[in-house]
Amino acid sequence: MRTLILSAVALAMGASAAFAESKTVRLGTEGAYPPYNFLNDDGEVDGFERHVGDELCKRAKLTCEWVTNDWDSIIPNLVSGNYDAIIAGMSITDERKEVIDFSEAYTQPDPSVFLAASDDADLETGVIAAQASTIQASRIAEMKGATLLEFATPEETVAAVRDGEADAVLADKAYLTPIADADDELSIVGEDILIGGGIGVGVRQSDTELRDKLTKAIQSMKKDGSLNKLIKKWLPESATF
Amino acid sequence: MMRGRIIGSCSDPAALEGFQWFICYLTTGKHMNLYYSFGTVLLLLAITAPAALAFGYGGAMAARSAFAPLRWFGKAYIAVVRGVPDIAFFLFFVIALDQGFEYLRHKIKCPDWNEPIRQGSDFVVCAAAKLPPGNAPQWQHETYGFLLAVLTFAIVFGAFAANVLYGAMRAVPKAQLETAEAYGMTRKQVTRRVLIPQMWVYALPGLSNLWMVLIKATPLLFLLGVEDIVYWARELGGTKTPNYTQYPHGDWRMWYFFGLLVFYLAFTKLSEVVLERIMARLNQGQATSGGEAQRKAAA
Repeated sequence: MRTLILSAVALAMGASAAFAESKTVRLGTEGAYPPYNFLNDDGEVDGFERHVGDELCKRAKLTCEWVTNDWDSIIPNLVSGNYDAIIAGMSITDERKEVIDFSEAYTQPDPSVFLAASDDADLETGVIAAQASTIQASRIAEMKGATLLEFATPEETVAAVRDGEADAVLADKAYLTPIADADDELSIVGEDILIGGGIGVGVRQSDTELRDKLTKAIQSMKKDGSLNKLIKKWLPESATF
Repeated sequence: MMRGRIIGSCSDPAALEGFQWFICYLTTGKHMNLYYSFGTVLLLLAITAPAALAFGYGGAMAARSAFAPLRWFGKAYIAVVRGVPDIAFFLFFVIALDQGFEYLRHKIKCPDWNEPIRQGSDFVVCAAAKLPPGNAPQWQHETYGFLLAVLTFAIVFGAFAANVLYGAMRAVPKAQLETAEAYGMTRKQVTRRVLIPQMWVYALPGLSNLWMVLIKATPLLFLLGVEDIVYWARELGGTKTPNYTQYPHGDWRMWYFFGLLVFYLAFTKLSEVVLERIMARLNQGQATSGGEAQRKAAA
């Protein structure tokens, strides 16, 4: 057994050095939150953030690689160094800022909406589904009468409304609108709710160099209008810069 | 690509119907990832089973050792792993191993580093100590993650195997070992020539049980962030709205999970059949109830 552990250690220790110096930046995303990020039919990361991220890397002269990670462990795995940045529709909040750092926002504060099976769904005191650790979940937790029902994936929050387990789901409008369009039984109810401070790229607090590079690239995309073009294409309901 | 050649065209799935649509749907790049991930699970089993057995053998020998500290180590290993829930162990070990390796490499490769390794919630080691290196291609990251998972599986299941083997070694009739010693064999010879060949028949029921549990534990890979069959089943089964796919469908997760269920059931059934054969073979000529039954049936 000891030799086994030792050889595993040796293997792990030896597997280095042989690689080129140029730094690859690994971009972590959820891959389950269209139109922001999702896996297309070929199994590759696609969506608004894929295009933004690729363009940012080009402008910052970084070699980038996409990896997917579940939402609920997306911050811990950034912090422990599994990847270098989070581009996953993550709004900039003070709570998250205590743990990680953000680049400048690449979207305006995005409207959130309720999706429900009936127009007279009880949004005040009913059971509201939301994805865990999202700004929408904290919003519902703050509402006095409503009961928060949390799920690990966006998919499950919508499924809960279909099953009647929840009265409504609160999520980003850009995510819920195509679902409401495709499903006759579900519709958007109530007004837009503005929460969060826009979506930014999350980086480790110790990684200020990468943060500044990304912020600079975002600013340059804002300036020449290429970011607005992507927002109009993928998030037609959202405000531009 | 290939599917294009086999069945005409999948370029416009919206125009297809029934069987044709399903053929195209089931051969998308994303589905290929699902099929490959079955390979991942089989590979995990193929590597983990012998590794766990090796850990188990080491643990059992340590627990039997005449040298007290080694014996304590062996017994503690078995007791600790058996007493902690698998999931807690898995979540802990993968992070601990990863940071442990990186810490060691950091100490060796960057002795001049003077910043603290823990900065707030960040775990910061020098770039040369990163595992795999930050600029490594994705497959190396995936392989590394997979190997960490294998090592964790081997440690956890090794402890159970150690317990089984430890019990099996004690079940070998003492008289046989004493007879061997009386013939002038050394302790090592007794172990190699009498104890180990004899113990398998006692160990196999426990080990086959362990194998079944190991098969059923493979979805833990999903928990460790490895893209295994559970990951792809969940991803593929989720509702797909027409905007983002050529193959829109409703919530099909149930069918995909049902597929997994069938796979696991078939796999464990197959294992049962094979293990029964091995057991019958090991029982031949043994002074066990199974061996006795064989002797009577033949007579």
